[in-house]
Amino acid sequence: MAGTKGARASAPAVSDNGAAGGVRGGDAGFQIELLRKMLLIRRFEERAAQMYGLKKIGGFCHLYIGQEAVAVGAIAAIDLAKDYVVAAYRDHGYALACGMEPRLLMAELFGKATGVSRGKGGSMHFFDAGRHMYGGNGIVGAQIPVATGVAMKIRYRRDGGVVLCWFGDGAIHQGSFHESLNMAKIWNLPIVYICENNHYGMGTDFRRVSSVTDFAVMGSSYGIPGSQVNGMDVLEVYREVLAAAERARSESTPIFLEVLTYRYRGHSMSDPAKYRTPEELESYKKQDPILIQRSRMTESGAFSDADFTALDAEFKAVCDDAVRFAEESPEPDPAALYQDVYA
Amino acid sequence: MSVITLREALRAAIDEEMARDDSVLLLGEEVGQYNGAYKVSQGLLEKYGPERVIDTPISEEGFTGIGIGAAMAGLRPIVEWMTLNFSLQALDQIFSNASKMRYMSGGQFSVPIVFRGPNGPAEYLGSQHSQALQSIYAHVPGLKVVAPSTPADAKGLLKASIRDDNPVVFLEAELMYSWKGEVPEGELVIPLGTADVKRPGKDVTLIGFSKPLRMVLEAAEALAAQGIDAEVVDLRSIRPLDEAAIYESVRKTNRCVVVDEAWPFASVGSHVAWLVSRNCFDDLDAAVEFVSAEDVPMPYNHGLELAAQVSVDKIVDAVKRVLYA
Repeated sequence: MAGTKGARASAPAVSDNGAAGGVRGGDAGFQIELLRKMLLIRRFEERAAQMYGLKKIGGFCHLYIGQEAVAVGAIAAIDLAKDYVVAAYRDHGYALACGMEPRLLMAELFGKATGVSRGKGGSMHFFDAGRHMYGGNGIVGAQIPVATGVAMKIRYRRDGGVVLCWFGDGAIHQGSFHESLNMAKIWNLPIVYICENNHYGMGTDFRRVSSVTDFAVMGSSYGIPGSQVNGMDVLEVYREVLAAAERARSESTPIFLEVLTYRYRGHSMSDPAKYRTPEELESYKKQDPILIQRSRMTESGAFSDADFTALDAEFKAVCDDAVRFAEESPEPDPAALYQDVYA
Repeated sequence: MSVITLREALRAAIDEEMARDDSVLLLGEEVGQYNGAYKVSQGLLEKYGPERVIDTPISEEGFTGIGIGAAMAGLRPIVEWMTLNFSLQALDQIFSNASKMRYMSGGQFSVPIVFRGPNGPAEYLGSQHSQALQSIYAHVPGLKVVAPSTPADAKGLLKASIRDDNPVVFLEAELMYSWKGEVPEGELVIPLGTADVKRPGKDVTLIGFSKPLRMVLEAAEALAAQGIDAEVVDLRSIRPLDEAAIYESVRKTNRCVVVDEAWPFASVGSHVAWLVSRNCFDDLDAAVEFVSAEDVPMPYNHGLELAAQVSVDKIVDAVKRVLYA
């Protein structure tokens, strides 16, 4: 697809010529920050899985392990002071990438009063109004019209923002997707639709249920340009989303991206993922987004193995602290049951 | 005081609120260039332009959800459904998003939006276009549900609904749009959750809302001719429900008939009848009666479709039963 190729070449902040301190794709500090965020998500999710096993967390818990580059690269490309994130239910990664505090997220998973949604949302319903993080939405595809409505507000107020609307390969066949793209186009709404294709809608290989498997074309019947992005490479995600967001913003138009990625764990904690082969999983682990970015940084000389060890220790401490905070936090007051039903 | 139609009263409410607050938008099928499928929005496109009076494609799930997202981000959309029958296409957006966003975000978001359109049967429209769906919306915590029966109430309640910070499902009716009534001049805002005694009486309480209220009042007149003095309580708002007004009336008359044009099973009417039975048990001189639609899809044939609906005769008969007359 032609899509955003032209815009990509003119994207600021990063380039492929290694101008910034010999680090391919931009300055070292920025790139290390991308690595940091991905590692934080990985360690947080591993800890969430552990806490789920200890029955500290109940219900559905969809982990983001393997997909970290998608949330981190994309959200690094926008300005949350004026831009918005609307996500589906596998939402821990976006929340952390938006800068939400691990303590408050872990407390939410524990159902505690200190949780980001006061213990009433749970794993699928992380929200942060101040950071323009509009969920954490549990019904497949139902967040797509909502995100489109946020873009309508931006367009109406001319306030210069853009919406990143996330959904998976399972959601793309919902009517909500198709209805939204049509209206976003006729009303010139500044929104980037990001289909985060992790290859499986729960246990169903997307190719088994899709008439078209190159999803990059899915916007074309609505006149919306689309392109395919390697979601295992955080820098590529960053560059593509930066270009798409700037085009959506400057031209006030919807853009579609298919980001190819892979989840290492099951759909949720209760899913043993027997519908795929160990070889397939291993092939993706060899292109692990953290591994790729770590190698890139190490090769550049900007980042050492000792740096990585220190980073790992730092995030272990962050997760320890988050769990301690969640453990020690109070249960919601019984009166909270009837609070916030109505404004 | 001027006499206007319910259609004009709704239009005046929307017009006044759009003039007062530029965050109020109207979107839906045919609301703009066509001036509204039922002409409620006539003239508003010309006055406010296409960014505030927005014609949508036939995509109920999509434009309902778009309204919800815009409301979360600070606008106050009015979403017009051409009829409530079509709102079923959008039910997930209303149930899963509009009603729950505040609660599941721990109070971080509010969804100030009005969903409005004609509800219930008109004439000769067959089963898919004649549904009275208040029970479905009233079932959901987080939604408010409003159902006026006069032009004045329609205006005052719609203005209050637009200013409310919660999602409000506002029920109108095709056959009501041409009903005329007196509407006070000037600002009229009626708080949601206040019932109104439309006719005072002492022998029996008749509880209703929306379009059937006119039949309830006709039944009360027919009963008056027979020496039975009925009090008519117009709920006006189903959620929040003015329980105090209901109990005050029933404790005075000791007899109660509830009227709801929806199907009887798990309905607003059956719920109100249960509330009265439970909370006025010691005051009641007879079991509460309930007049609803017959428990069938709506037939096309006019005789049959009338037989399927609430009627003055059915209400009068129910009153006779609670009076053992």
